[in-house]
Amino acid sequence: MTIETATSDSSRSIATDRDGFELHPDDRAEIEHERGHYEQPQAACIEALKIVQRRHGWVPDGAIPAIAEVLGIGPASVEGVATFYSLIFRQPVGRHVILICDSSSCFLTGYEALKDAIADALDIGYGETTADNRFTLLPVCCLGACDRGPALMIDDDTYGPVMPEDVSRLLEVYT
Amino acid sequence: MATIHVDGKSYEVDGGHNLLQACLSLGLDVPYFCWHPAMGSVGACRQCAVKQYKDEDDTKGALVMSCMAPASDNTRISIEDEEAREFRASVVEWLMINHPHDCPVCEEGGHCHLQDMTVMTAHDRRRYRFNKRTHRNQNLGPFIAHEMNRCITCYRCIRFYNDYAGGTDLGAFGANDNVYFGRYQEGTLESEFSGNLTEVCPTGVFTDQTHSDRYTRKWDLQFAPSICHQCAAGCNISPGERYGQIRRIENRYNGDVNRYFLCDRGRFGYGYVNRDDRPRHPQWRTVAEDSAVALSVDAALDRGSHILREAKRVIGIGSPRASLESNYQLRHLVGAENFSTGIAARELAGLEQMAELSRASGLPTPSLRDVEDHDAVFVLGEDLIQSAARVGLAVRQAVLGRREELAGERGIPEWNAAAIKTLGQDSCHPLYVAYPTQTGLDNIAQPCPALAPQDIARLGFAVAHIIDGAAPAVEGLADPVRDAAQEIAASLLAAKRPLIISGGSLDSADVLAAAGNVARALARRACAGGLMLIRREANSTGLPMLGGQSLEWALDTLSDGQADAVVILENDLYQRLAPSLIDPALARTDAIVVIDHQQTRTMEKAHLLLPAASFAESDGTLVSLEGRAQRFFQVYDPRYIRPDTNIHESWRWLHALGSGMRREEPTDINLDAVIQSLTQRHPQLAGVLDAAENADYRVNGVKLAREPHRYSGRTSMRANLNVNEPRTPQDSDTPFTFSMEGYNGFDRPRKDVAFAWAPGWNSPQAWNKFTDEVGGHLRAGDPGVRLLHPQPGAYDYAANVPAAYAPTDNRWQLLVLPRLFGGEETSSRAAPILERAEPAHIRLSASDAATLGFVDGDPVSVITGDSRLTLPLQIDTRLSAGLVAVPAGELPPSLFGAWCELSRGDAAYANSQPQLDNGGEARP
Repeated sequence: MTIETATSDSSRSIATDRDGFELHPDDRAEIEHERGHYEQPQAACIEALKIVQRRHGWVPDGAIPAIAEVLGIGPASVEGVATFYSLIFRQPVGRHVILICDSSSCFLTGYEALKDAIADALDIGYGETTADNRFTLLPVCCLGACDRGPALMIDDDTYGPVMPEDVSRLLEVYT
Repeated sequence: MATIHVDGKSYEVDGGHNLLQACLSLGLDVPYFCWHPAMGSVGACRQCAVKQYKDEDDTKGALVMSCMAPASDNTRISIEDEEAREFRASVVEWLMINHPHDCPVCEEGGHCHLQDMTVMTAHDRRRYRFNKRTHRNQNLGPFIAHEMNRCITCYRCIRFYNDYAGGTDLGAFGANDNVYFGRYQEGTLESEFSGNLTEVCPTGVFTDQTHSDRYTRKWDLQFAPSICHQCAAGCNISPGERYGQIRRIENRYNGDVNRYFLCDRGRFGYGYVNRDDRPRHPQWRTVAEDSAVALSVDAALDRGSHILREAKRVIGIGSPRASLESNYQLRHLVGAENFSTGIAARELAGLEQMAELSRASGLPTPSLRDVEDHDAVFVLGEDLIQSAARVGLAVRQAVLGRREELAGERGIPEWNAAAIKTLGQDSCHPLYVAYPTQTGLDNIAQPCPALAPQDIARLGFAVAHIIDGAAPAVEGLADPVRDAAQEIAASLLAAKRPLIISGGSLDSADVLAAAGNVARALARRACAGGLMLIRREANSTGLPMLGGQSLEWALDTLSDGQADAVVILENDLYQRLAPSLIDPALARTDAIVVIDHQQTRTMEKAHLLLPAASFAESDGTLVSLEGRAQRFFQVYDPRYIRPDTNIHESWRWLHALGSGMRREEPTDINLDAVIQSLTQRHPQLAGVLDAAENADYRVNGVKLAREPHRYSGRTSMRANLNVNEPRTPQDSDTPFTFSMEGYNGFDRPRKDVAFAWAPGWNSPQAWNKFTDEVGGHLRAGDPGVRLLHPQPGAYDYAANVPAAYAPTDNRWQLLVLPRLFGGEETSSRAAPILERAEPAHIRLSASDAATLGFVDGDPVSVITGDSRLTLPLQIDTRLSAGLVAVPAGELPPSLFGAWCELSRGDAAYANSQPQLDNGGEARP
């Protein structure tokens, strides 16, 4: 994904009112529970972002100040964490996220052909989502599957080795 | 001490330093970015790499980051090693990859650490041929301009802003080669210390917006060593002038005082010097006919001496915002028996009480720097961030000192900032702030109940009694206060160096007495602590040392007809007392002479107006709240660019008026003569003589230059007036020249440095060349002389414990609380400060608001005597019932503690709350 950082865009600067975002009561309870695990409330920040992302698929702008409030820290700290981690999505993603490993092992085993096959099949590039909102394609630096390269991950499932010809069959599963 | 070997030479260094500190302290040049002398090392930028060898026989060596390697005994390193040089050249090349080629239009250019380091590493060719990453910038408010493309990701900004200064709204976003430093959302930076970003940032990401409005390169500015006049902390500054305007204020290093940092009021509050509506000519006014005639200097002096000579008795009203020299000349002119300090009676009594406590509490007054070396702090009745912001920043460092202590126990050196932060987390030395409402240090303070002034005093008395049973006890303490007293006393006793801070913000003799009792109790327990007392204005400490009556006395003397003339020096009386006290007195006075540099309400009453020089156009001495006499020097001669201007130092006007009154031959006087006379007549101020060098001081046989040697355009800067370039102004008062000719180097130690520059070091980091070690003291000694000499010993306790605060039906006690932006007279005349100031509110407790049926935002009127102020309501959840708080700048502080009534205000009136007049500040 590309990180669209803080900007002078007026569309972003109205988010102080959280764009009408409200934390789901269950999420709030879960974040408060996580917060209790740590001496420092900011230590629960990553978990809080994951909780929100699990519900929404991504972390909407309004969630940043909402999480900050629950944790009692500044929204800048929360946004700093959210934008640091590439698997916290600060832009909407499709129903399924494809992560293609582009690190050295997968490079040696030919991830580029795999990436091209997926891009052709879905007509999207890195950081893009299909028009039907089904898939988002992102690179990832390692999936810990170096022995099975080229590897990729769709949602919580890791596959490898994946050959370009396997792509269409693989994607069928995800609707 | 440790011996290190650098490129074959041996040096003695402080073994507690890292190699970078050690090398820089030795004067050796090692390039660096992320390290900062006040913030330690994080080893992020990799720029300071050097080659380290295991022993004499090791010829291969290994690269180490000098900021992360201790300067332990027998360390062998090479800065000049070829591999180390290549490595450093590569690092700067990487850092520069995304950096734009915009030096010619970048406002950092000419005082840019990145430029200096790039030149130092000899990186002069670009090889990168691809697109650079770019960012969108944010509007960060009136003080700071933002240009993220220039960022080299050293993280110094957020390390200062968040870790050092406690800000929360600046963050680092993103990762890898796409990191953005800014606010979560566009908007004004909230920290009161944001201006330091302009000096902390090694390049031009954060620059001075007020300077940008009238930009000049550093080398084209004329500087002088000066002292900030915007509060009593006494921070050292270097104002820069061009074309008769102050264009920026830089921090000036003083190892005992402000070191590297200023507050935003001090840095950005200079705009009043540049206002177009400043008086620039003497004027004769007849109030009845409402006419004003501009006079020449001679005519003004003739008129002035005539009316003063004709008067049967002349009262002089001095000012705590004027120099000792000007106040002294006024006192000399009218006679000691006719001199008023111009300070309202209760504030003056408070200042005298503070002077007495400073002398006789048994605890010393720490320097601003020394404040950082205390391990428990108890603040009674001060919101330091509002009343003396730089002191608040120092207290923050004292509190964070707990992390360094923890690190020390584990052998982590104090420069290893990242390790200390990780280890220390939120560990703090105890800080307790007793105040009627929330304060700027609450986020690092231990919980303490919000209390009315009387109850703050009772808390202090109780703490003193717990520390030493001989101190008077407090009867009938409420439970929360008693618990707080126990906890505070235990913390202070457990500390090695407890610090007590109080001051005049609550205008309460009881609070000061209580602070004095705590200090005396600690002193009797032989604690190595300190007592610091906050005064309001730049010379609030010095003026009472000169002596003088209260402002009320002066007005009474005039009202009674015992005197018929008055000379008012740099003082707007309406800022101090209610008009009902001032107007009748001035109406009865036959001759009113006002000397000031601002168009004030008092000035409208003047018969004769003499235009004074502001701090930027005059020399003088101030005494800061720690009792340090410090000289400020004239930055520029206003007549060079505006030849028709007749602005003079107040002390010069007063001398001339005096000789005119005595019908003497008119003579001029210089600063040294004034100081000579002042110190002879006031032995308690003898130290003022040594506060700075006199006009005869020379280095290498020449005077000191105010202008950098690259100063350009002098021959043409007046060409619009006359193509003939006049002689540069001559300075008979100080050792400085209005010229680039003169000494400006770093190698000969000197205390008064107009601007920091050393070959290869154009940025503020050049201060490291002037100090005995980085972050240490100036090699010639830090400027200023301490005039307060606390006497150790056991002192008697104040015994008058006040009664607890009891709210009264339908009446409220009025608190006029200090505020950093908008609460000080002169800086409130600077447009950026007004823009930054938060809208004024009347604050009430939630219960009082509910009783009265008010909600947030309702217009509410505070009525006391003949004063009526209407502002929107803000419900204050910390404030006690029965109190009403108004920010300074809306009402004279002398109304503090007055009983007032509240009523629903007229909405229309509230909406037209005091118009922020910012039109007068000159724009380029």
